[in-house]
Amino acid sequence: MLPALFERFGLNQLWPTGGFPGGVHPPEHKITADSPIIELPLPPQLILPLKQHIGEICAPLVEVGQHVLRGQKIAKSQGYVSASVHAPTSGTVVGVQDHAVPHPSGMGRPCLMIEPDGEDRPDESRAPISDYRNEDPALIRERIRMSGIVGLGGAVFPTFIKMLRDQRHPVQTVILNGAECEPYLTCDHRLMLEHAHDVLRGMDVIMHAVNAQNGVVAIEDNKPDAIAVMRGAIEAAGMDNVEVRTLPTRYPQGGEKQLIQTITGKQVPEGRLPLHVGVLCQNVGTAKAIHDAVCLGVPLIKRVVTISGDAVPNPANVCVRIGTPIPFVLAQCGLEDLNDVRLIHGGPMMGERLPRTHVPLVKSTNGILAFHRQSLYSEQAVEEPCIRCGHCVEVCPAGLVPNELAWHCRNDQFDRGQDYNLFDCIECGCCSYVCPSHIPLVHYFRYAKGQVAKIEKERAFAELSKARSEARDNRLAREQAERAARRSKVRKQHAPAADKAAKTAEKKTDEGKTGEGKTEAVKKEGDKA
Amino acid sequence: MNILMAILTLGGMALIAGIVLAVASRAFHVEGDPMVDKIDAVLPQTQCGQCGYPGCVPYATAVASGEADVNLCVPGGERSMLAIADLMGVPPKEVEEEAAVPMLAFVREDECIGCTLCIKACPVDAIIGAPKQYHTVIEDHCTGCTLCVEPCPVDCIDMVEKEQVLEEWTWAAPGKRPSVPQTLHKDEENHAASTV
Ligand code: SF4
Ligand code: SF4
Repeated sequence: MLPALFERFGLNQLWPTGGFPGGVHPPEHKITADSPIIELPLPPQLILPLKQHIGEICAPLVEVGQHVLRGQKIAKSQGYVSASVHAPTSGTVVGVQDHAVPHPSGMGRPCLMIEPDGEDRPDESRAPISDYRNEDPALIRERIRMSGIVGLGGAVFPTFIKMLRDQRHPVQTVILNGAECEPYLTCDHRLMLEHAHDVLRGMDVIMHAVNAQNGVVAIEDNKPDAIAVMRGAIEAAGMDNVEVRTLPTRYPQGGEKQLIQTITGKQVPEGRLPLHVGVLCQNVGTAKAIHDAVCLGVPLIKRVVTISGDAVPNPANVCVRIGTPIPFVLAQCGLEDLNDVRLIHGGPMMGERLPRTHVPLVKSTNGILAFHRQSLYSEQAVEEPCIRCGHCVEVCPAGLVPNELAWHCRNDQFDRGQDYNLFDCIECGCCSYVCPSHIPLVHYFRYAKGQVAKIEKERAFAELSKARSEARDNRLAREQAERAARRSKVRKQHAPAADKAAKTAEKKTDEGKTGEGKTEAVKKEGDKA
Repeated sequence: MNILMAILTLGGMALIAGIVLAVASRAFHVEGDPMVDKIDAVLPQTQCGQCGYPGCVPYATAVASGEADVNLCVPGGERSMLAIADLMGVPPKEVEEEAAVPMLAFVREDECIGCTLCIKACPVDAIIGAPKQYHTVIEDHCTGCTLCVEPCPVDCIDMVEKEQVLEEWTWAAPGKRPSVPQTLHKDEENHAASTV
């Protein structure tokens, strides 16, 4: 009702600076914007977690001691929402064991260890599909699924799931996300500059697969060179249904919902997918990976990562095999000693600090930032009470009221938190960024979301236990009833004999009794007489 | 005259309201004692009997009748206590015993003589086995109530800490140090040395 009214009065563009409400503009620090992508050498050992995506963990397909080829599938997905893992190079599997992964908990996951043999021999069983325009979309989708491709912007959601041709929700527009709004990160920027053609081909594959009519390449206006290159490449390829859209530089412009709102003016309703507003959003890196998988037959075995931060002597954009240990990557950029260095996995706004340094680079790694301890912690001041300045409300792109929300989360009032739409928070960190009282607002929301999930899980377990305990009580009661029934049945069946036996027994006791009883009876009779 | 009018009007209104209320109380009559169910719903259903009652429903019944205190459920801890106190409309009371870390029963199978006593003791049927066969605990169903430990004649059941897995990890509240397990990968340092 209200949106319709807004539209009627031409007010649906209430946010003149472009698209979504709120947002911030942190210092960009894009120091690696001019460094070309460098291919890194192979490390002595690769560590491949069996789960690098959202969804079910994979099952290993290889054994210790087995030799594998580059691109060979080494772990297969179990369940629908999952993405298989491929060997990044040829070599020998030397172990299947738990190893720490890039995760804020510092905990481990089952991983496959591969020792490269240095020959890098490819597995050539997958033929390229060069004429994809005349290929069955279902086949292309299957190829993308088989190639283990996930959203490389950081969300790592299996890509093939989003590429469904759904009659009820046809996709009109494919948006290629090249916003790269996080400070420091430049990997998508460099990909567009150096591989514009491949990226566009990947986008064309997506558009064909979902039968989309037009495409938009979304780039923030702080990357004029990428905008020019992409425009040129589109013209050269003759893709007249694709356009480059320049977006204002504002974090979190690259958030899926924010980007869609900026470009189409439509809001993705709570709990729905971009598909429901006729849009499919893919990251630039994902488009390149799709191109490699479909047009070259190469599964997802490497990705471009930005290595930056004040502790890195030679910040760079590097193309790395997935599974390469992060200390090895940092050593290639001149950072050997990791004592007194704090690592951040991802960008500074949404990334997570790594409590362990010896972890592999995974599919979700779009950046590794290394900071000197002092530079990271000197700025961190103590949390002070909220002064109700409202800055957090102004910048929240999800339209939440972070200060109120944090108040409830801090007091463990998660129901109230959900009334304030806790789960609409995209954890962009804008609120924490602007808060003058240094309240770690987004941390409260992460905490609260975890607690809600935990409580929900405990409740489900309690329900299960209750059902099992009730089932047991019923079973015991039933067994007892059955036993009683059987007893009475046995008695009835043998009724004549049993009755007789019972009677003789009774008589006997009677007689026995009458031995003494008789005298009494006699006595009584005598009395009567 | 005026006074009579007033009395009649007010009296009439009172009468109508009375009739409406009487009808409503009939029409919207609630059967049974919903309080027991409500209290049972906020209990963790461990069925451990640490409250002194033989299970969660009996405890809920006792609380609802005012016989038991609101703070007796140990596994439920403060959260259950607050919820019950809220339902009963009484002031919260401190839970005396600390809720322990979540535990699981584990049968040392080579020592098990297959007596089925633990199977009979388990309130949620989480132990499987047959006479003279090894018994084993279904981890996903064990509530950690410890009721099976006592009956075992050869003491082959241990309570072990539930293993923390990454999938169940959640962020700690701000200001509290996140728990990073320090002993997870003993060989990690060697690895670091060999791969860098
Ligand atoms: S972290 Fe959540 S609450 Fe804070 S600004 Fe971002 S969306 Fe809004
Ligand atoms: S920005 Fe910080 S101090 Fe200002 S209202 Fe929000 S929480 Fe309070």
